[in-house]
Amino acid sequence: MKILVAVKQVPDTATQVKISSDPKAIDTAGITWIVSPYDEFAIEEALRIKEKRGQGEVVAVTLGPDRAKETLRSALAMGCDRAIHVNDPALANADTMTTARALAAVVKQEAPQLVLCGRQAIDDDAGAVGAQLAEVLGWPCASWIMEETIDADAKTVRVGRQVEGGLEVFDIPLPAVLSAQKGLNEPRYPTLKGIMGAKKKEIKDVKASDLGLSSITPELSITALEALPARPPGRIIPGDVKDAVKELVRSLREDAKAI
Amino acid sequence: MDFALTEQQELIRKEVSALARSFPPEYWLEKDTKAEYPFEFVKAFAQAGWLGVIIPEEYGGSGLGVTEASLMLHDIAASGAGTSGCSPIHFYCFPPMPVIKHGSETLKRKYLPRIATGEIVMSFGVTEPNAGTDTSRIQTRAEAKGDRFIVNGRKVWNTNAQNATHTLLLARTAPRDPAKPFKGLTLFFTEFDRTKITVRVIEKLGRAAVDSNEIYIDGLEIPMENVVGEVGSGFYHLLDSLNPERVMTGIEAVGIGRAALARAVDYAKERIVFDRPIGQNQAVAHPLAMAWAKLETAELMCLKAAWLFDHGQPCGAESNAAKLIAAEAGFEACDAALQTHGGYGYAKEFHVERLWREVRLYKIAPVSQQMVLNHISEHVLHLPKSY
Repeated sequence: MKILVAVKQVPDTATQVKISSDPKAIDTAGITWIVSPYDEFAIEEALRIKEKRGQGEVVAVTLGPDRAKETLRSALAMGCDRAIHVNDPALANADTMTTARALAAVVKQEAPQLVLCGRQAIDDDAGAVGAQLAEVLGWPCASWIMEETIDADAKTVRVGRQVEGGLEVFDIPLPAVLSAQKGLNEPRYPTLKGIMGAKKKEIKDVKASDLGLSSITPELSITALEALPARPPGRIIPGDVKDAVKELVRSLREDAKAI
Repeated sequence: MDFALTEQQELIRKEVSALARSFPPEYWLEKDTKAEYPFEFVKAFAQAGWLGVIIPEEYGGSGLGVTEASLMLHDIAASGAGTSGCSPIHFYCFPPMPVIKHGSETLKRKYLPRIATGEIVMSFGVTEPNAGTDTSRIQTRAEAKGDRFIVNGRKVWNTNAQNATHTLLLARTAPRDPAKPFKGLTLFFTEFDRTKITVRVIEKLGRAAVDSNEIYIDGLEIPMENVVGEVGSGFYHLLDSLNPERVMTGIEAVGIGRAALARAVDYAKERIVFDRPIGQNQAVAHPLAMAWAKLETAELMCLKAAWLFDHGQPCGAESNAAKLIAAEAGFEACDAALQTHGGYGYAKEFHVERLWREVRLYKIAPVSQQMVLNHISEHVLHLPKSY
């Protein structure tokens, strides 16, 4: 069974993201880049499916600039068999729909029986690409999955997806697109042998033209990014408790209009 | 000249860092408080194959060099694991080196694959209570009897001896000749036979999680085939372990310094006194900036020495210099970090205190700063020997 995993390189969760001099972009200087954590669940699940079935191929794919290759190398170190890097300046400002179209073109060339991705990338948190990819392909899709079981013939997959207070269980015909929620599994750490082996695995570079994407017109464009307003400083009300409480209540009522 | 790490080395750093950071500072605080060996941590590194980093591929390891082992140990230290995390792991990195370089094929086949998987827990027995750095005067004797050696003596500062299954052991096999004091010493790689070795733990300033011990060897039998290299040349074989040990412990000190510095910088940004973050005061900022610069410098020296070793070039002076500068830089960084935290630096829950206690070790071990200076004075500057 061939599985394609779509991954994205994002700033480390510990990074303090700043807006750059171009107000439509973040300042990437000094950022540590990681594989988006939800995508790691997707990679892990793909590897487990392959291991459980005793055969198959897991292909990692990403869309991004040169540095995004590190993400693919990490995926290969975890155990993916090969990787595809969609790397084209024409796709530098791809919105979710453009990304989905590019990924769909890769899927058509690779013809996997399953596509896995994270429920969202933790940078822009759009959470749209998985569903859009399924839509472009005309495939069924389940988002935020917590468990999956593929039947022996790889014809259908039973998925449990997280809903308020429980799981919603579906039987979905394959091929399909599934997006991973936290809890699906516990991603492995790459072994040293995995890291050394990753060097020898293929990363194929692909341009928009290789995917037959002629005109790329994003349907969304960013107008501006705004930092959260600085939180106003707190206020300490001095005086003895009786007066301070009175002032606190007055201030909550009249200044903050909270009560 | 090229200072860039390879893509593979970058990935090693990243993944070691991720794995090490999955053990939070609270884990290490608890291990330190309870003086518990970090078995979970070592197991995680064993499972991911890191213990075999320098074991050649044909013996089940990854065949990488002192450079990669150093990068790994740096990132373990820098994760906040400090010496408590590094010590159990570095015993898989430098003690096997003489076996790899000088051991017989039988010895290598028998032990190296089990070191790579972590099945063997290593100890290292060189230092003695009555010899210290004056290694040629060790008193532990190994006498040949038929197809084996019988060993009697004492060793001190044996790390890991509470749990060790095997040890690298240096013993005298011929009387000391003042003309060639380092001849007549033999290196053994042997099982840690607890019926013949008594172990007594030493309580100490830091790294309570990883035991240091005094051991008493009484009639330990070692088969002839467990001699590493040539009988009588053990000290020279050991040098292939001692230089990597200096590089690796040096870069551990750098990592610990960076762990402390990172905490201090965060604290200096957040802590508001007199209506400003304390890091805005140059008296707070400059020691941290200086610590950063010295840590960078020390890391360069460590990596240069590692590069020389990996390229089969002499690296005694550089390894010693790396350890010297790194121990200073690491300590100064931890001290500046502790000072930045003020009273909280003294509190265990801020984690700098543990790092500060641990990093002090590197000015003493694996060799004291003073003996490094002696080495450089005598062997690099060719000044008359002072002792």
